[in-house]
Amino acid sequence: MLRLSATTRAILIGLVAFILIFMYVPLLVLILNSFNLSNISSWPIETFSLKWWEFAITYQPIRTALLNSLIVATGSMIIAAFLGTLVAFALKGYDFFGKATVNLLVVLPIALPGVVTGVAFSNTYSNFLSPAGFNIGYFGMIVAHATFCIVMVFNNVFARLKRMNPSLQEASADLGAGLWQTFRLVTFPQFRTSFVAGALLAFALSFDEVVVTIFTAPPGVDTLPLWILKEMSRPNQASVVNVVATVVILISLIPVYISQRLSRAQDEVR
Amino acid sequence: MSTGFVSLRGVNKYFNEVHAVANLDLDVKAGEFFSMLGPSGSGKTTVLRLIAGFENASSGRVVIESQDVTDLAPFDRPVNTVFQDYALFPHMSIQDNVEYGLRTRKVPKAERAKQALEAIDSVKLSHLSQRLPHQLSGGQRQRIALARALVLRPKVLLLDEPLGALDKQLREEMQVELKRIQREAGITFIFVTHDQEEAMRMSDRIAVFNEGSIEQIGTPQEVYEKPQTKFVASFLGVSNIFDGAAAKEIFGSSTMVNIRPERIKLVPADTKLNTGESGVVGTIIEASYIGATTIYLIQTQSGQRVIATRLNEELPDQINRYETGDRVGAVWKSDHSAVIPT
Repeated sequence: MLRLSATTRAILIGLVAFILIFMYVPLLVLILNSFNLSNISSWPIETFSLKWWEFAITYQPIRTALLNSLIVATGSMIIAAFLGTLVAFALKGYDFFGKATVNLLVVLPIALPGVVTGVAFSNTYSNFLSPAGFNIGYFGMIVAHATFCIVMVFNNVFARLKRMNPSLQEASADLGAGLWQTFRLVTFPQFRTSFVAGALLAFALSFDEVVVTIFTAPPGVDTLPLWILKEMSRPNQASVVNVVATVVILISLIPVYISQRLSRAQDEVR
Repeated sequence: MSTGFVSLRGVNKYFNEVHAVANLDLDVKAGEFFSMLGPSGSGKTTVLRLIAGFENASSGRVVIESQDVTDLAPFDRPVNTVFQDYALFPHMSIQDNVEYGLRTRKVPKAERAKQALEAIDSVKLSHLSQRLPHQLSGGQRQRIALARALVLRPKVLLLDEPLGALDKQLREEMQVELKRIQREAGITFIFVTHDQEEAMRMSDRIAVFNEGSIEQIGTPQEVYEKPQTKFVASFLGVSNIFDGAAAKEIFGSSTMVNIRPERIKLVPADTKLNTGESGVVGTIIEASYIGATTIYLIQTQSGQRVIATRLNEELPDQINRYETGDRVGAVWKSDHSAVIPT
């Protein structure tokens, strides 16, 4: 380990503390304000109350938006988990023409600006699929999300497969296991943790996505982030927005936390 | 046409441009301990993988017990493999590892547990059956890999340098152990190694590999005493090879001849040769005492170097030792030298 002088240490610790405060205090204020009795966010909070939580739980548009968010995130997670794993296996196991290009194309969507992805999908849906008589609607939003969720699963599974001992699969075949049996009993258990970690990240990524959603959500359909965005223009209900935002934070953070724990546990075993 | 229990006929294997196995014929007899010996890259492991089914031959046939298995997948072949890195499944207990092959054969649960525990017991590791592989030492993992393959009672067991990762003492123990298991179970062992001493010690027959071909197949004694090629002579043990002018000078013909260092006696330079003896005169340029033996490096007038190994049967000061710089005769019985045909 690099040894630092006491002064340098103090400065670095101070810097880290400052950055963390800067990052998390606004979130904390937002969460606390969700328990504010007042209609609008304020500081300090004068009266704590569960009023806005009760309102949010029973308010139908919020419930619908939550359900939409969960459906979209789950749907794109499943597509991403399936396709991401298949691509990881193809790129790990086989050499073929254009392999590096395929690798790049799979990773690229995460780097594309959401506006571009959104416009591209929106155009494709309304200018090509609709005139062709194919109304993709709700599913289009899931597909659009899946394009940038794939990379989460792909990266995790691919990294794990690269570290996997290739003779394990040979040993399994040697001991009489067919291809599917080898996958089920040997290969999948080897990358299961990475697979779950990647899928959880994909879920979290889709759950709080706004930009692509704006362009691809069918008319009248809101996800939670979309609902927040629209509600912001009506400032007299800011406190209920805080409640919804808190829910979004929790549902996004929990999968990321579990995913991190899984990856760490896996590193410790090996 | 084929007589072997395991037979390879005209087998070629290319990896892109590399000709890893070149037109190979091989017959392994039932119940023998057969070693494939050669330097790394000589094709011996590829041949093992062709028999196991992990590689497909580019051309030629692989036959096991009169069944053509060339196009069969590994899981349809009556062979099992012990891998160089053991390839134990890291997420399964030792017992589950050993049960694995029985599980794929749909042996009932109680029966496969019984057989697996017996197999683990036979390698004396019963107390570790519930551990995970990473909790075992290298030698223990090696034994489990062996138990996992043997519990299936294969007709042929393939071993890919299984002792390579063990330290010297453990390796020697396992050599004895493997030989015992092979004798008792009567299974055909095909054993890949680059260690010539290990191959000599354990094998009924040895195939010496070089550059994708077999240079010679024979008993340990045959390949050591009657090497058919220069490569075999120099790969197994230490050799003194005379050819061309040097051979003509000593033997009266320029055929290549090999004489092993331990067959060479050192005598004073002016000693007359007896009938049935051959020899050269030279100067000792190095004498190395290495405990059990002393190794002498002798150079003749024409520049040919000869290595002679003498056993130190007596204490160093009780025998007539030669020193660096001494002129000596290096002498051997003529019938101890072996002609190398190619």
